[in-house]
Amino acid sequence: MWLKDSSIGRKFVMSLTGLALVLFLLFHGCMNLAVVFSEDAYNMICHLLGANWYAVIGTLGLAFLVLVHFSYAIYLTIQNRAARGNDRYAVTGKKEGVDWESENMLVLGIIVLGFLCLHLYNFWFKMQFAELTGIETGMFDPQNGAAYVKALFTTRGWGQVYCALYLVWLCALWLHLNHGVWSALHTLGWNNLVWMKRIKVIGCIVATLVVLPFAIVVLYYLGMGIGMLC
Amino acid sequence: MDSYIDIKVRVWRQAGPKAQGHFETYELKHVFQGASFLEMIDILNEQLVAEHKDPVTYDHDCREGICGMCSMYVNGHPHGPDSAITTCQLHMRKFKDGETITVEPWRSRAFPVIKDLMVDRQAYDKIMQAGGFVSVNTGGVPDANAIPIPKPVADEAMDAASCIGCGACAAACKNGSAMLFVSAKVSQLALLPQGKIEAAARAKAMVAKMDELGFGNCTNTGACAAECPKSVSLANIARLNREFLCAKFQD
Repeated sequence: MWLKDSSIGRKFVMSLTGLALVLFLLFHGCMNLAVVFSEDAYNMICHLLGANWYAVIGTLGLAFLVLVHFSYAIYLTIQNRAARGNDRYAVTGKKEGVDWESENMLVLGIIVLGFLCLHLYNFWFKMQFAELTGIETGMFDPQNGAAYVKALFTTRGWGQVYCALYLVWLCALWLHLNHGVWSALHTLGWNNLVWMKRIKVIGCIVATLVVLPFAIVVLYYLGMGIGMLC
Repeated sequence: MDSYIDIKVRVWRQAGPKAQGHFETYELKHVFQGASFLEMIDILNEQLVAEHKDPVTYDHDCREGICGMCSMYVNGHPHGPDSAITTCQLHMRKFKDGETITVEPWRSRAFPVIKDLMVDRQAYDKIMQAGGFVSVNTGGVPDANAIPIPKPVADEAMDAASCIGCGACAAACKNGSAMLFVSAKVSQLALLPQGKIEAAARAKAMVAKMDELGFGNCTNTGACAAECPKSVSLANIARLNREFLCAKFQD
């Protein structure tokens, strides 16, 4: 199968799964933004998604995408390290125009994945999982998303720590996407001499658009938490 | 103004393909800055021969930047710390008095070291043999303007064809990927009518050979294009991806 056996095929899989996850994040971020304007509206979205069949199928699809993206990343990295050979260069110069993030995509990906696990525990486990299994895993009703968000981010002490952790996560995600988006398009063949600069700018804009809604929500609750401290 | 400098050269010495390599530091006094880097190594070798030591083995041929033989990693850069040149075009004026210059061979699984700084780059030849040619009958030599080719296309094909196959791209790549080389070779033919006929088969064959020889997977960091002595563009890689994916979807 060329999607597994050829280098471009493997990169093609990475690109497609990555872009699909970007689309999901855009959707997720927009939903989140609702909580800043109205907690009721946010809970309505939680209710609409919840443990309904389409949300469950979507979740399974996402889990599959993350699994494929991550296992391919490990596979590619092992192959790439082997291709470098046994001896490393004693001196490695700074290469002009090579972004730091492009050389550290795996590290950034692992950071993103690590925080993702924390995030799934913070919310998904207490909401969709609780609703699916009927087990009470959190303090509130599984569909009362706004209450969970508020409790996590505004509790004195831990709330602010969580805000900081989520912001670190979002920075890693931005760096990952700042290279990932244009690189994915390039791998799909959508690039040429003229579009090279444009596509990098597009990648940067998409990365910012993905991260911004999440960051706004965290900063909103960070402000609220600090306000409650005073 | 060029003057004379005293330098230390830290060179990778490896007796053979299987031998354990190590760095050896040599002092060179009174080196003229107008000398090329390879001339400096020649001076070093004369000094080593006079001392009855084994001279440093390195590849070189044309010494005018078109053969791509002088493959070496100088101070962390393939072909040294200057842009768009080969090692033979590098001059000692790029270095300061008292500087220690580190010289290493290409380090890539597909380019095993033969001796010291000389590596086996037949992998690139094998990729070329897999499809980097036109085998259809293109007839006799036509008039230059018989087949109209737009200037931008001709320029891009020519720029891709400027690749000298030196291996700096795979050497500089953190993934040991040969994509810039393969993409340049696929592009120079895929852009022109004579090469288009076999374009799909060529892309598949050359990529398959590249994978088979143990080169890594491209992650678009761009180190290859940054270090390429001929400034071959990263855009060629997108073209190769396009050619390859289209060919696979047509199957």
